[in-house]
Amino acid sequence: MSSVVLPGAPPVNLNVVRWIGFQTIVIREYGRIIRIWGQTIVPSVVTATLYFVIFGSLIGRRVGAMGGFDYKLYIAPGLIMMSLITNSYGNVVASFFGAKFGKHVEEMLVSPLPNWVIVAGYATGGVVRGLLVGAAVTVVSLLFTHLQVQHPAVILAAGLLTSLIFALAGFLNALFAKNFDQVNWIPTFMLTPLTYFGGVFYSITLLPPWAQQVSYINPILHMVNAFRFGFLGVSDVSIGLAFALMAVAAAVLFAVAVALMNRGAGIRE
Amino acid sequence: MNALSVRGLTKTYRNGVQALKGVDLEVERGDFFALLGPNGAGKTTLIGIITSLVNKTAGEARVFGHDIDHELEAAKACIGIVPQELNFNMFETPYTIVVNQAGFYGIPRAVARQRAEKYLKQLQLWERRRGMSRGLSGGMKRRLMIARALVHEPRLLILDEPTAGVDIEIRRSMWEFLREINDRGTTIILTTHYLEEAESLCRNIAIINGGRIVERDGMSSLLRRLHVQTFVLNVREPLAAAPRLEGYVATVVDDHTLEIEVAKEENLNDIFARLSALGIEVLSMRNKVNRLEEIFMQLVEGRGPAGEGGRGAAAAAPAGAAGATPLRAGAPR
Repeated sequence: MSSVVLPGAPPVNLNVVRWIGFQTIVIREYGRIIRIWGQTIVPSVVTATLYFVIFGSLIGRRVGAMGGFDYKLYIAPGLIMMSLITNSYGNVVASFFGAKFGKHVEEMLVSPLPNWVIVAGYATGGVVRGLLVGAAVTVVSLLFTHLQVQHPAVILAAGLLTSLIFALAGFLNALFAKNFDQVNWIPTFMLTPLTYFGGVFYSITLLPPWAQQVSYINPILHMVNAFRFGFLGVSDVSIGLAFALMAVAAAVLFAVAVALMNRGAGIRE
Repeated sequence: MNALSVRGLTKTYRNGVQALKGVDLEVERGDFFALLGPNGAGKTTLIGIITSLVNKTAGEARVFGHDIDHELEAAKACIGIVPQELNFNMFETPYTIVVNQAGFYGIPRAVARQRAEKYLKQLQLWERRRGMSRGLSGGMKRRLMIARALVHEPRLLILDEPTAGVDIEIRRSMWEFLREINDRGTTIILTTHYLEEAESLCRNIAIINGGRIVERDGMSSLLRRLHVQTFVLNVREPLAAAPRLEGYVATVVDDHTLEIEVAKEENLNDIFARLSALGIEVLSMRNKVNRLEEIFMQLVEGRGPAGEGGRGAAAAAPAGAAGATPLRAGAPR
């Protein structure tokens, strides 16, 4: 049903309501990111700078070439991707859990917006922050290395899909979280280890065969390598498989988030 | 077509508490309707189901004919809600909160800005529109929630204790504002612990207790059913004992205060004549309790509505039912 006539009232086009509602959530999320830029943008830029200085310039000199590239150049796409992952995730989990905690999530729940629009709005907000911070870290990386761009469409697609996946994952975390501790569990105990073992700082060809096989289970390995392929034209994994995995993961996470919202999990009595 | 139609609504929470036990309720369009009940009676659960914050267990609800099971978006587009608890982002400005809320209802941003200005001005918040909302006073926060609920100009406005913690002056001005909104055609459902507020504003009333509607009537019709009222009289000379007034129950409260229970068919002139004959000079008189409070207490305590009608007595929840805590009227008297 895209349009209804309210008795005695002008017709309401529900598609227009959904579109304006979606825009409103995204604008609100963007406003939040900008309002608290010291918490949302600056930390990742500082962290990336430290990584470049310590791992890239100081330790990297002794590491030599990685995958046929200067070490700083090799880790640059991985560092951009790492900031994109943590910020997409962190934005949604903090914002949506904050809305739950402060009860202002009810502003949306009582409105005519369907749950899929709410999920899409928050996920887009996460993508916006991921891309903003990713762009800022890219600028930082240009101060340390001469970043190449081999396949810009691959970079954009991998960046968008990865950001979307982790924004949706952050939404699920926020949905289930009952306190601030639970907001931090997943990033600390799952996201950070998976990212560090996801080929950000090394090529998995350095690992023994069994460890390489284990690494293929890590979804972040596929995302980082697809992203790196866009910049450097090299990858430890199949790019086609990486994009297929990302597309399926995004679709499944979105469907699960909407289904949970429809059931009222974590938000309705 | 009714603004709200509820049939057989039940809600059992996961912990087993049955908050609603088959609620039937009709609210006509244009009505100013009071939904009263003690704490835990089921008011907020009922409102939560209508606004989709609570999943129902069984039954149906329609808002202006839109079934919440099949036309939820259309139903919610008709509703504006002022909840009992503050539920806006304390770190956003009042202006942003109201503009964004309009957006959630599909109001284009340019129109939303105009409406935000209109309602923030009407609710005397325009001067505070730029500061963080957490800096507002309690009364301002309540008014902000009213502005937010009105920005999409809903056809049904649900107010869950909108004046809790608000001083008398602001409360009165909010009453005037709500009357104007209602006069312009918005149906209003009000829950309140200030029974004077319900009596002053509402034309129809339902009382819910233990998850059931125990009374549903017109306000004036319900008040007419009040059988006995207690008057408090201040007298000039000190009283040694209660005067003997045949046919009335008189009690001395203190030296200069006398309480007299009067059946509604009794003539007050008769009491004054008798007191005068006894040499008792009355300086002032007031009703001991709000009339609605009297009926309310009778209904929620299962005593029936003042000896007449009797519908409430039959339907009253058993003593000790969840949430049977007496509602305390805080209305100024």
